[in-house]
Formats: sequence, structure tokens, C-alpha cells
Amino acid sequence: MKKFAALLLAMLLVLTMTVGSAMAEVTVGIVNNPPSESGYREANVKDFEAVFSAENGYTAKTYYSLKNDEQLAAAQQFITDGVDYLLISAAETTGWDAVLTSAQENGIPVFLFDRMIACDESLYEAAVVSDMANQGKLAVEWLIAQNLEAYNIIHIQGAMGSDAQIGRTGALDAQVAANDNWKLVVQQTATWDEAEAKKITESVINSKEAFNIIYAENDGMAKGAVAALDEAGISHGVNGDVIVMGFDCNRWALRELLAGNWNYDGQCSPFQAQVISDLIQKLEAGEALNLESKKIISEEKGFDAKTLTQEDIDTYGLGE
Amino acid sequence: MQNDVVLSMRGIGKSFPGVRALHNVDFTLRKGEVHALMGENGAGKSTLIKVLTGVYTKDAGTIHMDGVEGEVIIRSPQDAQQAGISTVYQEITLCPNITVAENMFIGRGKGALVKWKDMEKRAGEILQSLGIPARPKQQLGSCSLAVQQMVAIARAVDMDCKVLILDEPTSSLDDKEVAMLFSLMRDLKSRGVGIIFVTHFLEQVYAVSDRITVLRNGELVGEYEVKDLPQVELVSKMMGKELEGLSDLVRDDTPVADTSTPVYEAAGLSSAKGVNPFDFAIRKGEVNGFTGLLGSGRSESVRAIFGADRVTGGKVMIDGKSVKVGKPIDAMKQGIGYLPEDRKDDGIIADLSVRDNIILALQVEKGFFHPFSQAEAEAFADEYIKALEIKTASSDTPIKSLSGGNQQKVILARWLLTHPKYLILDEPTRGIDVGTKTEIQRLVRKLAEEGMSVTFISSEIEEMLRTCSRLIVMRDRHIVGELRGTELTQDNVMRTIAGGGD
Amino acid sequence: MAKQTKINWSKHSQLIVPLLSIALIVLFNAFRDPSFFSIEITTNNAGSTVLTGNLISILNGASELAILAMGMTLVTAACGGQDISVGALAAIAGSVFVKVLRAGEITPVTIALGFVACCVVAMAFGAFNGTLVSAFKIQPMIATLVLFTCGRSVAYWINGGATPTVESPLINAIGSFIPGVPVPTPILIVIVTAIVLALVFRFTSLGLYTQAVGINQRAARLNGINTTMIKLLSFMILGVCCAIAGVIAVSRLSLINHETLLLDIEMDAILAVAIGGNALSGGKFKIAGSVLGAYAIQALTITLYAMKVPSTDVKAYKAIVIILIVVIGSPVVKAKLSQLWKKIKEGKQGKEAVRA
Repeated sequence: MKKFAALLLAMLLVLTMTVGSAMAEVTVGIVNNPPSESGYREANVKDFEAVFSAENGYTAKTYYSLKNDEQLAAAQQFITDGVDYLLISAAETTGWDAVLTSAQENGIPVFLFDRMIACDESLYEAAVVSDMANQGKLAVEWLIAQNLEAYNIIHIQGAMGSDAQIGRTGALDAQVAANDNWKLVVQQTATWDEAEAKKITESVINSKEAFNIIYAENDGMAKGAVAALDEAGISHGVNGDVIVMGFDCNRWALRELLAGNWNYDGQCSPFQAQVISDLIQKLEAGEALNLESKKIISEEKGFDAKTLTQEDIDTYGLGE
Repeated sequence: MQNDVVLSMRGIGKSFPGVRALHNVDFTLRKGEVHALMGENGAGKSTLIKVLTGVYTKDAGTIHMDGVEGEVIIRSPQDAQQAGISTVYQEITLCPNITVAENMFIGRGKGALVKWKDMEKRAGEILQSLGIPARPKQQLGSCSLAVQQMVAIARAVDMDCKVLILDEPTSSLDDKEVAMLFSLMRDLKSRGVGIIFVTHFLEQVYAVSDRITVLRNGELVGEYEVKDLPQVELVSKMMGKELEGLSDLVRDDTPVADTSTPVYEAAGLSSAKGVNPFDFAIRKGEVNGFTGLLGSGRSESVRAIFGADRVTGGKVMIDGKSVKVGKPIDAMKQGIGYLPEDRKDDGIIADLSVRDNIILALQVEKGFFHPFSQAEAEAFADEYIKALEIKTASSDTPIKSLSGGNQQKVILARWLLTHPKYLILDEPTRGIDVGTKTEIQRLVRKLAEEGMSVTFISSEIEEMLRTCSRLIVMRDRHIVGELRGTELTQDNVMRTIAGGGD
Repeated sequence: MAKQTKINWSKHSQLIVPLLSIALIVLFNAFRDPSFFSIEITTNNAGSTVLTGNLISILNGASELAILAMGMTLVTAACGGQDISVGALAAIAGSVFVKVLRAGEITPVTIALGFVACCVVAMAFGAFNGTLVSAFKIQPMIATLVLFTCGRSVAYWINGGATPTVESPLINAIGSFIPGVPVPTPILIVIVTAIVLALVFRFTSLGLYTQAVGINQRAARLNGINTTMIKLLSFMILGVCCAIAGVIAVSRLSLINHETLLLDIEMDAILAVAIGGNALSGGKFKIAGSVLGAYAIQALTITLYAMKVPSTDVKAYKAIVIILIVVIGSPVVKAKLSQLWKKIKEGKQGKEAVRA
């Protein structure tokens, strides 16, 4: 009796699901990091929720997690559920081959956004991403343009192995290796944790080693480092002794720039949903994508405290 | 006659470091009989059972069984089971979350594959033939405790057991369930199974048994046919006291001289631990005792008075005023103190100092927000360490490093410090040296002279006779008599425990 | 006189292990870099004269941990188990604090209001954990797993935004320095919390009751103690500790990040209790031990940072040191050590006897 009831229930479920998907035009499965991760992610999630809405003819199934294995399981579930498209922002760059192959075998086109995955290009239709390496390059180029005699850098890294960390670290590492007057006083990961960034900076201050640049791989960690500078009475910002650099362009961080407390903030655009939606509409219309490169890079900038305007903050700032 | 013998144990001996648990014990079980194994705490009943079931290996003696050439070697419970000896314990050892049929066959399958259909059919047949009200597919946990026990018995029977040991099977059953179990036992008897019945309910022994073997202090007292052994003699044999005179029990119906309002009075008191509702009263300066065999309900009764177990009914009056005593703190607020039977688990706070252990109850009475200062606590502790001559290095010493007798004195000090109107002492002298024992007895009399009411419980009847002016006698969780004044003789006490008659 | 000191030592013998571990770390640093513990007087960016240096960093950085360790000790003692949701609960409390502050202008009054609000919320969640443990008899680790799992999501819902900021000199005064006071405020908050807790122990029987319940619950009940209440109370006190820790952590950076605020601190807090010589199975306890344990952990972390050990490796090094400390503090090793000590002493006496 119980078994029969269970079977009936399962059949009902399948039925409602088929009916459900028949009603909406396109079902997308979105695997992302949770909005609570950062101001960037919050804006990113909001962007996707706005674009892939019922008004625009989409049914969106979403799964948010910071953990790669949970994301993998969710993506596999979406494939099993038979979504039309799979959109992924991966927690880690590796480990995705099996799931992406499975999607391909089931005829589900995959779009990557925000973060690249280390896998064969043939496994996805397109990747709409920020070029983290480019962000790092922009930042380092800006730093070179400051024409300092010596570059003694406290480098606070994000979670090791994340796309953002690898990209933002790469350009700096290369520059330090190639130039004798560039030196990393310390290179430590604070795993995106503000308090940890403060402790790392504090430890350098206590060791009395000279430094003149804070290169933090996101705004929060830059703020943590600045808190340590403030407590030790070290001046920073436009007219200060220490150059402060952050990433992500949170609105509150840009305000610090405008006030002259920080020097540089690298943008990381969270707005990828519209680009993907356009590509999906093309596929739905039966057209081929014919992309020059599968990697579509969002246009991003770096802001200098000296040239930043309130208008920039309103346009590019994330959060409130 | 000899052909009927299914199990014969001869000269069994078993020692543990420092204790001789069994010495030269014989036990004979015949086909188709219910044989009660009786004895007070420490008599050796459970050691004998454990030797028989392979939990312990015996030091001496032989075991023979019907149909087996030579000695039967039992080194493990598996050996016992293969020899046809099955045990059903007080606590159910089956799995409540699988079906009755599965429980009956679990762990017995020869191959990996079990034929469910066959299993259920066979289980159904056995249950039906034994008249057990359970269905094979039913979850065991959904059956009553009695039925679960019967299923355990059915499992044993199906395993071709020749000897079935029932260890305290009735302790958690009600009267109706006991009757059901007994009819099952009689049924098995008629099939030729030999049953060893361990219990401390005297009336049940007489209701269902054919023979009784009595042990005392690890030695055999004797084997008797039930019809030859009146209850009163059974009690005397268990306690090791010879009956002095055979004068009939006289109940004292004359009104009590003391007509003052009782310090404590209860009517219809009962608790979750299964005490039958009882009435009880104690007056100022009186020392009374609850007596009875182990499991008679004497400890449960005083626990109900103190609210140590959940009180399920009854009225309580203190100094003639109606009060509610539902939990220990209520009793304490009314001036009642309770020294528990189980010193280790209910009494001492092992890691805390002697001082903290002494002040604990008074501190709780005084309240959470009014702690004693270090100096006050020190003064209290020193006072009672001196008064009771507690042997401890200092008041800071953890109580666990004291000897049993001194630990008991600390707990006694704890309650004396609260200056109770009514103090309950459950086995205050168990496991402590003779010197301390007399000290405590003397102290109890002194406290009573000073006007405190005391209830005193002990397994040793002489001690109770020396200390108490009134004894309440319990059997099978009922109060069956009350003795006072000249009635207070060992003879009378044992007769009352045994049920007067016979 | 000599006798007096002897008694005192045996009373505080529990503190030997954490003190020893701190001493070891200090000694190690003294050899590695003599200037490690130098304290300097500087002027911070707010214009006040303040103290800086690794010692200050250790004392300051361990503040949240020390406060959480105090509450964790109580819960451990009463329930014989640990609360693993303290980090999540601190994030919730911090979010409530931020929520109240962002409702209007930041004034001493709104800060006080925010603190009261987050204390109340944290106590309510503590009571939730406590009820699961005391009334429903669920193991503390399992009971608090609920809040551990969902706590940070709850924290996110409270404010919505990912990293809301609260900028004000008043917040800086809580998180770093009060103008004119050279000692970081979190250190002062730890001292105040410790004093308040000491007063609670002085003016209530909390210590005696908690130990009685933790050592022998049945006996405690038979002595009239409401064991359920005591367990509940320990969780609620830990709740307040979480609120204080949350407020400090938020104020340090004037911002809250629910995902990272006091992340993984529950394990450090439990560890502090263990290093402090308290039995994780409950019973007798010494809060001072746990606080010292917290400072030992922080000293270790700061030392590793100063040695520029990559922070990805810090956890591994920490684990090694912790294994050492815990093994040294284990009853087995303690017994062996005291045996050895006895032998040495006897040997000495023997020699003296021979000499005499």
C-alpha cells in the first residue's frame, strides 16, 4: 500500500513538472555563490533574478552555495530535472568536467558566467566573465604609473584557488619577479576575511618592516588592512604614506576613494545576465551563435581616487 | 525421577578479587517444572545465572545436561544457547524497530538469504500455539512490554530450549500482564521445558513455582518443594534468621498514646516508579522504619515522600497543613531531608570538595542569589567535619577520595546542616564499617531525642529493631503491616514480610 | 607560610597547562626575535596616543575568543558538551546590532539600544539551543548544529545587504580606541566582561550549581537544583557572550560580513576550554583557564603570522601545537609526569637523607 502511494506521488510529481515546464518558455538552472558572499555577489544575483524573470519568459531554478561539491550536485540535479540551459558561476575552477559532459550528453547548453572553469572549450557555449587577470593587469599598470622609487607591498590574497585570486595575484607576481625595486613584504591569504586582513597587516606593522602599498584582493580586506593602519597611526590614501588598493567597487569603498582615504579600486562587473539572455534568445530562434571567442569579457575599469567622481560611484558602485 | 533431570549443577564455585560469590552450590532443574531461585541481594543468584549462561566461567564444579554425555562446557553465551539454555532478561534485549517475526529469527538464519514468507508463517504458528497476542508483521516496539517479553520467550522456545531462564520478568508488568505471562509459563511447563524463575515477588513464587532453591551469601541454603515451605520460613531462610517462637502475629489495634499532629502525613501517595498508593504519618521525635525484602517498595516509598521520583497522586500534610510536594525542592522547603540509597549515583558530587558537598542542600534552600561566603561555607564544613568526625585531609579535598563511610557522613552532614524536621535515611549504613554503623545508629537516636522525626531504612533487621520505634512492613509494593513496641521482634518482622498466614 | 602557597598551587594546578603553553610561546619568540614583545607608544590616525606591538595585537585580537571561551566553559561544565553555533550566533547578534544602528543616527543611545537588542536576540537563540539540550535531552553538538548550519543565513536576512557598513567615531571607539585611552577597547571589554562574570559568581551560586549539575545530575536534582534551568541558563549566558563578541567584531571594521564574521571561532573556543584544563565532559571548571587558553591560541596565531608562515599553512601548524598541548594536558601524561616528579623528589630526599 505504502509503495503504491509512493509511486503515485512520484508520478504526480513528474506530471506537474512536465506541465510546469511546458507552460514557461525557457527553463534555466542557475548555479551561483550565495548573495551573502559579498556585495559583488549580491549585485550579481540580483542581476540574474531580474533578467531571468517570468516577465521575460523564463523559469529560473537557482542554487547558491560557496562549496564546489554542493554546486556540482545541484548542477547534476538540474540536468536530471531537464532544464533547457545551465548557467554556472563555479566556486572552484576545477572538478567540473563530468557534470559538463553529462549536460552535453543530455543536450543542455551550458553558459559560464563570472568565473571560468578549467575545462575544454567544447563543453560550454560561451563564458561571460570578468577577466580577473585583466583586472590585475589594470591595477598593476596603475601602480607602475605612480612612479614610486620602491614598491614594498603587503599583498593580501583572496581564497586561494578562486578565479579572482588567481587573476588578481598573477599580474602582481609577474611584475614583482621582473623588477628589483618591487618587493612583497608579505603575501598572505585572508580568505576574503576582513578581520584576518587586519591581523596580517598588524603583524607587518609590529615587525617594523617598511611598506608603502596595500594590495588587497577585495574591498573588505582593504578595509581590514586600513583599520590596522589607523590604529598604528600610519597615514594612507591620496596624501598619505601608504597606497591602498582594493577590488570590486562596492559603493562604500568608492566613497573611501572619493574621500581620499584609498587610492585605487578595480571594477569587477557583476552584470552578465543580459549578455547571456541575448545568446539564449538567439539559440531559441534557431540561430547559431558564431562567436569569435567563447570567452566574452565584460568591460571593466580601474578607478583612481584623484579622478573619481560622484557620478562614477552612482553608476558603478555596488550595494548601497 | 533421575530421568527427569534436565540440568544438574554440582559444587559450583566462583570468586572475584576479594569476594567469594559462589561456594559449592548445587542446583537441579527437572523437566517441566518452574523452579524459583531466591535470595537477598548478594546471595549469588545472578552469579549463578551468569555462570550457567556463559557470561562468567566457573572456578569449580560441574554442569551436566540431559542427553549430553559427560560435562557440558559453557564458555560463552553462544555455547549456552547451543546447549539449549535461553535467557529472557528484565530489560528487553530485542530490537523494537523491526517486526515481531524478524526479532524471532534474527541472528539465527543459516544462509545470507532469508525467506521472509516462510519466516512470517513460522512465526505466526508459534505465536498462535503459545497464545501470544502479537502479529508477525507488527513492529515489536508497538507491542506492550509484556508481549515483547513473550516474544522473547517464543524466540527462545523456537530455538529448542530445554532450560529457560526468566530473570525478573515481572518487575515492570501490571497484574493482568503477569497473569498472561504465568499462563504462558504453565503452557511451556506442560511441554516439558524447565524454567528457572528469578524474582523477588514472594506471592508470584507461590503462584507459579513447583520448587524453590534458596541461596544466601553465595552458599546453598537448600532446595524445597513449594508445598513444604511456608512463606514465613522462606523469608527466614533468605534472611538467615531462625524462627524463635511460633507465637501468632499480634496486630496492635490499641490507639496510639501520642495524639499530636503528625509532622508529616500522606494519604494515597504514589509515584511514577510504581509504588501502590499508601498512607503514612510520622510524629515529632519518632524514628520509624520501612522494611521488606529487596524490591518490596521500601525505597520507592520514601522516594515518593521526598518527591525524588515523579509523584503521581496523593495528599501531603506538614504539621497539619496541606502542601504540595512534587519535586525535591518542595520537600526541602518543608523541612524534609533525604539521604539516598545509592550514594554514588544519587548522593555525592564526586569531583567537588567535601565543603561544597556539605553546604549544597542548605545553599539550594537558601537560594541561587544568596550564596554563602567562603568563610561561612568553611565554618559550616569545619563544624560538621568535627561533629561527625569525618576523616578528610581538609574540607577542600574532593569527596571522591574519601572512604565510603566518610562519604556517607558527608552526605549526612549535608542534611543535618539544613536542620530538617523530618529526615529520611535510606540505607545509611550500607557498605560502611561497623564502627561508623554504630555511630550513625547512635546519632539517629540522639536526633530523635532532640525532636527530629527520622525514617530509617536498612537491609539488616537487627539494626532496624535497635533504631526504630515503629516498623512499616512492605511486600510486593504494598504496606502489609505495622509493628511497634513489644511487637518489634525479628520473628514478627519476618512473619509479616512473609504474609502472616501459614 | 610555605604551607599556604602549597595549598594555593594545588588549587590552581589546572592553570599550569595553559600558563606553560603561553610561556613556551613567549620563550620561543624571545629567542626568535627579542623585539617581538616590545610595546611602543604611537599616535593613531584619530590623534590619540595609543599602544602598539605584538603583545597588544595578541591581547586585542583574542578578545572575542576570550569572551566566547568564558561562556563556552559554562556550557561545557553544565551540559558536558559544546556549542558549535557561537560563530553563527555572533554573526546574528552583530547583524542585529548593525540593523539597529542603521535605523537612524548613531548616538550613544542607539548604540546602547543596539547592544541591548542583540543581547536579547542572542539570549533567545541561546535559550533555543538550551531548550533542545536541557528539555529534549539532545546532545549539545547535535542540538547546536541546527543554528551552526542556518545561523549565517539568518544573519544575512536581518540586513539583506551583503556587507553593510556602520561608520561613526563612536563605533571606532568600541572597535579600536577610545580617544585618550591608550589601550584597545576590546581588551577593556574583556576585562569588564570578566569582572561582571566574577561578580555573578560572587553573588549567586552559579558556580556550585553548574558544577553539581555537570558532575552528577541526579544528585543535583535530589538536592533541589533545577537542572534544566541551570543548563538553559548556561546557554543564555553564552548567548550574551556571543552578542558581546559580535559587537566587538563588527566595530573593529565598521562593517559586517555574515559569511566571514568570526568564522570557525567555535572550534578555537572549544579548544581554549580544553587547553584551559577543563574537562570537555563537563563538571569542574575554571574560567580563568579557558581565557588563558584563548590567549595562548592567539599568541600562537600571531607568532605564525610574524614568521610569515603562509596563512593556508597556519592551520596545520596550529594543529600540531594544539595536539602537543592537549596531549601534555591529558590525564595519562599528567599522571606520568607527577610520578616522575615524585621520583625526582624522593631521589632528592634520599640524597639529603644520605648526606644527613
